[in-house]
Amino acid sequence: MTRLRLATNLAALALVLSAASAPAQDARLEAAKKEGKVVWYTSLALSSSEKVAKLFEAAYPGIKVEVHRTGSERILQRLMQELQANIKIADVVHTSDAGHYVLLKDKKLLVKYAPAGVERFPAAFKDKDGYHFGLRATVNVIAYNSKIIPAAEAPRTWKDLLDPKWKGKLVTAHPGYSGVITTHVLALVHLHGWDYFKQLAQNKPMLVQSAVDPSGVVASGERPIAANGGDYTFYQVKKKGNPVEIVFPKEGVPLVVSPSAITSFAPHPNAARLFTDFIYSRELQQVLADSEGLYTGHPDVTYPADRPKLSELNLLRVDPEELEKRNEEIKTRFVEFFGA
Amino acid sequence: MSVSAEHGVTLAHYARVFADPQLQKALWNTVVLAFWSGLLSVAIGAPMAWLSARTDLPWSRVIRSLIMASFVTPPFLGAFAWVMLAGPNAGYLNKLYRSLTGAEGPLLNIFTMPGLIFVVAIYTFPYVYIMIANTLGLIASDLEEAASILGASRFRVALTITLPMVAPAILSGFILSVLQALALFGSPAILALPAGFHTITTQIWALFHYPPKVEMAAAFSVPLLLATALLLLVQKRLLGRRGYASVGGKGAERRAIPLGPWRYPALLGCLAVLGCAVFLPYGILAKAAFSRAWAQPLTWENFTLENWSFTFLYSSTQGAIVNTLELGVLTACVGAGLAALLAYVTNRKLIVGHQLLAFLALAPIVIPGTVLAVALFIAYTRPPFLLYGTLWILFIAYLTKEMPVGYSQSDATFRGIHPELEEAGRILGAGRLRVLREITAPLAKSGIIATWCFIFIGVIRELSASIILFTPNTKVMSVVMFDLKEEGQFGAIAVLGIFMLAMTFAIVALMQTLLGKDVLGQRPSASAPG
Repeated sequence: MTRLRLATNLAALALVLSAASAPAQDARLEAAKKEGKVVWYTSLALSSSEKVAKLFEAAYPGIKVEVHRTGSERILQRLMQELQANIKIADVVHTSDAGHYVLLKDKKLLVKYAPAGVERFPAAFKDKDGYHFGLRATVNVIAYNSKIIPAAEAPRTWKDLLDPKWKGKLVTAHPGYSGVITTHVLALVHLHGWDYFKQLAQNKPMLVQSAVDPSGVVASGERPIAANGGDYTFYQVKKKGNPVEIVFPKEGVPLVVSPSAITSFAPHPNAARLFTDFIYSRELQQVLADSEGLYTGHPDVTYPADRPKLSELNLLRVDPEELEKRNEEIKTRFVEFFGA
Repeated sequence: MSVSAEHGVTLAHYARVFADPQLQKALWNTVVLAFWSGLLSVAIGAPMAWLSARTDLPWSRVIRSLIMASFVTPPFLGAFAWVMLAGPNAGYLNKLYRSLTGAEGPLLNIFTMPGLIFVVAIYTFPYVYIMIANTLGLIASDLEEAASILGASRFRVALTITLPMVAPAILSGFILSVLQALALFGSPAILALPAGFHTITTQIWALFHYPPKVEMAAAFSVPLLLATALLLLVQKRLLGRRGYASVGGKGAERRAIPLGPWRYPALLGCLAVLGCAVFLPYGILAKAAFSRAWAQPLTWENFTLENWSFTFLYSSTQGAIVNTLELGVLTACVGAGLAALLAYVTNRKLIVGHQLLAFLALAPIVIPGTVLAVALFIAYTRPPFLLYGTLWILFIAYLTKEMPVGYSQSDATFRGIHPELEEAGRILGAGRLRVLREITAPLAKSGIIATWCFIFIGVIRELSASIILFTPNTKVMSVVMFDLKEEGQFGAIAVLGIFMLAMTFAIVALMQTLLGKDVLGQRPSASAPG
């Protein structure tokens, strides 16, 4: 990210926000300012989530965003563990495991809140009951270090990764940590069965936690091929000048829509709503697309020219209900095959 | 908790734990790790102790301070640095090896059991070193000289005379390093998980993942607890029968054994070990802190200060630094105060049951940090004591963990202050409190300051208990570093690591200045692992 770009984004945001201020919003702004902060549990890559927080703080001086970034699965674990001990910290929860929202809604831990404009989002980005909306989307891809692997030899399909010549050359993130990967595993189980992962494990991939981490591992050359990971993370390291190439396997790429919602116990409910409006605004969604390389549900957002459109990709979708039901199975079997 | 169920008591959790092949593997891995890193620690620590305590090794003061640097380096930070040094493909040493030899494969792979053992040992050998160096410092050299006069070579003397005399210290050092390795969380989490294997501590941590299996974590803690208790019992027995006539007190004459032509090779050996433990890791951390991409050469294009601004502007970092300092100061003050009080009471036998007090103060040493955290989590996440989510639960964990270190240190301090001095004061008409204030306290001051510093250093680097007990508002620095590690943020971790090391060295330097001597070397052997 360049500073100039951030400044331009900021200026645009400030302009839009000042134009939109109506008396009702003033009252809410006052209430939010009194609360002073919003606590955001998020699985968005740290550098990206920090950027969102800084943009919000610049647009609404006096309201701090406390970013607690970790993997989706850890977010759910923390949240439930905290509630069990009657600790209420989180205002806004954003993970990449759509199954989590089935569970959270069931347990009445979310409030219904629809920020302006989300009604125009495509169906895949909307909860039919109006509790949560897709803040961003990523697809899972293969990526390789082009300094080490010539393009002609690079794997093109998920099945190509099973070739024994990639033994010791792969890295995979972990479904016990990352919701992007939980979704990925389920999508590929639908496609190729559990046997696929059993065979993949034969190639002894290096195990990392976050779906962000494979991009760094591939860029450094520690393992030249990523067997998965959010495409935006590879796009970001490539933009920074690393020799990383992204492959969209033709069998299809798992689409991960990451929802965000306000908790029913939010200690800062006004700030939470203000923040939620902000993150679904066209301006912020455009920032996510431009500088972070993410896909979003906002129909007016444009994508960088070097990104394929979602409509051009063969997307593999998973049902959130099934994801929720099979969550433990996914983790257990993965550990069974990969060891840890 | 590990035997509780919905209806009464059950052993089902145990049955499940020990029937599960995953968990069995974790148990076995822990045994392998602990045994070999104990052995390697002795293989490194014992010769270095002998060289620096008994011979005319050049630069022995420098070597000693560098060993202390290795001692205070958080093991998880060392493990992290070694990922950058010896990752099989991108690791610096492997790149160097390939460019020198033209080989294709890696020279080293840190993501293996031997790699893990190596990294654990280079940060554990100081425990063996201190124990043996202290013992060697007490042995008179007459026996050795007698053997020399009778024509035995230097190494024969070392092997047949010196070695048997320090054997109990060596064994005891071995046990201490085994205990360290058993209790470690960070190094296995950083090096074993990517390779697809668990140790007991990482497995306990994994059992907390959603949906949490707290009962199984509790059951799985028991073998770790038993192993620790058993090893300490053995160690106590060993030290208990240390009755060598030659292990005299002060005043016994000691002359440095000339190493002759071996002086410089020996020095080189020591420097090689310290290169692995200190120079290389610190160097790579410094480089990563200023690099855009850690694996690329540090050129102008790759140079950046962004890691620094990013790390310190991140709201979790700021909160964690404040939390860490608060907890460090609070635990050190309360811990040092409590330890001094306990040591005074037990040394002067002021109340009935003082032996029990001493036992209680030392007892937590058998509890690895992860196990302690599981116990505290179970105890304090439900009424009447809802401490989970507050800094207090971390405070209790740290205080419990550091008490054995604090107590041993204070105990040594009060042992060194003869009661006669106090009695003289009493005879001259002073009350107990006045004696305490005017005679005992000034004499004990330096010992108490040292205790304070040990506890503070122990707290700021703690990871194994914190990783289970933290909530977003109670993150500490080590937890933030671990979080960053999961996202592969090498630059930011390097920055925080350097910050943590700087804090540690500032405290050590402060202590050296205040006390005017090398206190770390006199750290008592009882120190909480993990």
